[in-house]
Amino acid sequence: MSEPILKMRRVGKTHGKGAQRVDAIIDIDLDVAPGEFVAITGRSGSGKTTLLNIAGALDEPTTGNVWVEGRDLGDLSRKELAQLRRISVGYVFQQFNLLPALTAAENVAMPLELDGMRPSDARLLAEKALAEVGLGGAGHRYPDQLSGGEQQRVAIARGLVGPRKLLLADEPTGALDEATGEAILQLLRDRCEAGASALMVTHEPAFAAYADRVVRLRDGKIEEISVRRPVPSSTADLIS
Amino acid sequence: MGIKEGLLALLATEPMYGYQLKSELENATGNGVDLNIGQVYSTLQRMERDGLVEPGVEDEEGRVVYSITDQGRATLARWGDRPESLAQGRDELSIKVLLSIHTGALDPNRVIEVQRRETMGLLQHYVQLRSSSEDQDLAWQLHLDRLIYNAEAELRWLDRVEERLSTVALKATASAPTYEQQEVKR
Ligand SMILES: Nc1ncnc2c1ncn2[C@@H]1O[C@H](COP(=O)(O)OP(=O)(O)OP(=O)(O)O)[C@@H](O)[C@H]1O
Ligand SMILES: [Mg+2]
Repeated sequence: MSEPILKMRRVGKTHGKGAQRVDAIIDIDLDVAPGEFVAITGRSGSGKTTLLNIAGALDEPTTGNVWVEGRDLGDLSRKELAQLRRISVGYVFQQFNLLPALTAAENVAMPLELDGMRPSDARLLAEKALAEVGLGGAGHRYPDQLSGGEQQRVAIARGLVGPRKLLLADEPTGALDEATGEAILQLLRDRCEAGASALMVTHEPAFAAYADRVVRLRDGKIEEISVRRPVPSSTADLIS
Repeated sequence: MGIKEGLLALLATEPMYGYQLKSELENATGNGVDLNIGQVYSTLQRMERDGLVEPGVEDEEGRVVYSITDQGRATLARWGDRPESLAQGRDELSIKVLLSIHTGALDPNRVIEVQRRETMGLLQHYVQLRSSSEDQDLAWQLHLDRLIYNAEAELRWLDRVEERLSTVALKATASAPTYEQQEVKR
């Protein structure tokens, strides 16, 4: 098997100090292979966001190690980490984190421009990513001129824009209706089939079911729930 | 659904042969109704006896075209107007979960865990089938949607049971003095 894009070993995170201490995740082992789509489920407070933040180098683990594209995050300099966050990893946050003073297209183009891409090229890719999430033509609008679901789709476009290898999405479908949510999940799948890898947090079973593998966090520990099986040639057995 | 109502609905559009009825019914329901031709003929005979359909003359290949009667249309309309009762939740899974909680003879969390794996696997499978289905195959897609919603409902219920069980367990431990309270007393 090829080297995983994301590898976590014995990763733990304790938030806070003293009586306020919370062991958010404990001893997590998790691999995401190239092209693989993994969904994380679990109750509120089970440590999903904590896990995702650590996977994306946005937060440091208290114990254990994380490798992204084979590089141990603990060995990287601040500058190298910043570069990894800008170039290799795409984030879709639980809050949309759009900059209110920038238009939708500018928000999406921003990570590319930070990478040093020419603004006009970044702008073209941004428009393409917006079209993919069904917002072609809305690029000139500001976040406060968009509905909640539209803002969420802008945030998704920003996470997916450009050649990201690892997509990290925290409840990307929260503000979306079912049909739009399904379209976004299909988009994530397509990205994975084209070679990217994705780790997505969701509490919607029907959205988690789009993933190749569904894992569940409980009391800070991880358990595998289900792995996608190949589609059988005959579907007759399903419906008797 | 009885096969009867399905046949009536099809015959209300035009008269048909037995074989035609079988394949049309399968198409219309996305293969949701599993039929053999013998069932179709025996149902047609009963319906003829009850005055819901009438046979035409046999053609040279021995096929008989059936058409719907006024009484058949009235029966179909009554079926359309009648709400179906929701599954009552007295299925094997509910019983297993409720019994495990009530008796303690089985670990309910284990029952939940096993079922969650099974149903999530099935849900993944349905979603995959839906994504790979042809756009024009509406009946099949709607059938899959229904299966997806059912699986989803079951998973939500399992989550709920687990959540309730853990709050019950928490309350039980909270009513006993906690470790910290004991420390303070000392
Ligand atoms: N910065 C922090 N300081 C202290 N505790 C924190 C911090 N961040 C998270 N926690 C705690 O860690 C645990 C896990 O939080 P996390 O945000 O990872 O949960 P989650 O699974 O994403 O929940 P949700 O589904 O509600 O988003 C919770 O008990 C939370 O209160
Ligand atoms: Mg969270």
